[in-house]
Amino acid sequence: MCNQTVGLTAGAIEAAGVTTVTLALLESIAKAVRPPRALWVPYPHGFPLGAPHDAALQTRILRAAMDLAVEERGPGPVLARFPG
Amino acid sequence: MAKSSELTLKNRLFLKTYRWRRVEGAPWAALEKPLSECTVGLVSSAGFVPPGVEPFDETVRGGDSSWRKVAADVDPSTLADCHRSESFDHKGMEADPDLAFPLTRLRELADAGVIGGVAREHVSMMGSITVTGPLQKETLPAVAAHFREVGADLVLLVPV
Repeated sequence: MCNQTVGLTAGAIEAAGVTTVTLALLESIAKAVRPPRALWVPYPHGFPLGAPHDAALQTRILRAAMDLAVEERGPGPVLARFPG
Repeated sequence: MAKSSELTLKNRLFLKTYRWRRVEGAPWAALEKPLSECTVGLVSSAGFVPPGVEPFDETVRGGDSSWRKVAADVDPSTLADCHRSESFDHKGMEADPDLAFPLTRLRELADAGVIGGVAREHVSMMGSITVTGPLQKETLPAVAAHFREVGADLVLLVPV
């Protein structure tokens, strides 16, 4: 349900004019909920940034999410995969 | 990788018949400035609550759709995990809150000049919301207004 909650939240923030990128743990739910930009990550529930205390991996995921915001020019929704 | 097979039978059956709500109208707001000038905000649905702030209410049927502000200078190790779901392993994010609320990573990216700055207040929610009416009517407009108010150019959203 978390994937739906953040997806809907992203839609509301984006509709207010602020760019969003949503991490997605389940690709099928991202496809159903359709947040503007989603980055699917291959990790279990509870581990969206990959692994605890792995700062390098966490940063790579955040950078990939930010790259989506920079590179994608629309229209959305856009669904990408990490690692690309 | 997250799989629905990780979930209990009860949860799997629920998800099989659940009608997912979708973002209507395909909103799109392009980033208008270089990342190095952007103020970045976070939304996490991990149910984290800062010290002294009212916890999420695990007893609300359909899920607690309220939200909490999290100051940018909070010590992530002081965030309390209030998420009610037993369908995922909480140990990782309890050991390292950045796993689900990557505020330290965001500060590092700001210090390195990759992003312009970190929004002064972020947003915490408890994601296990099945009844989305109150979420969509009350919470989402307030959260969207919050990020405009704090001048966020980009918001990253993290489910668990």
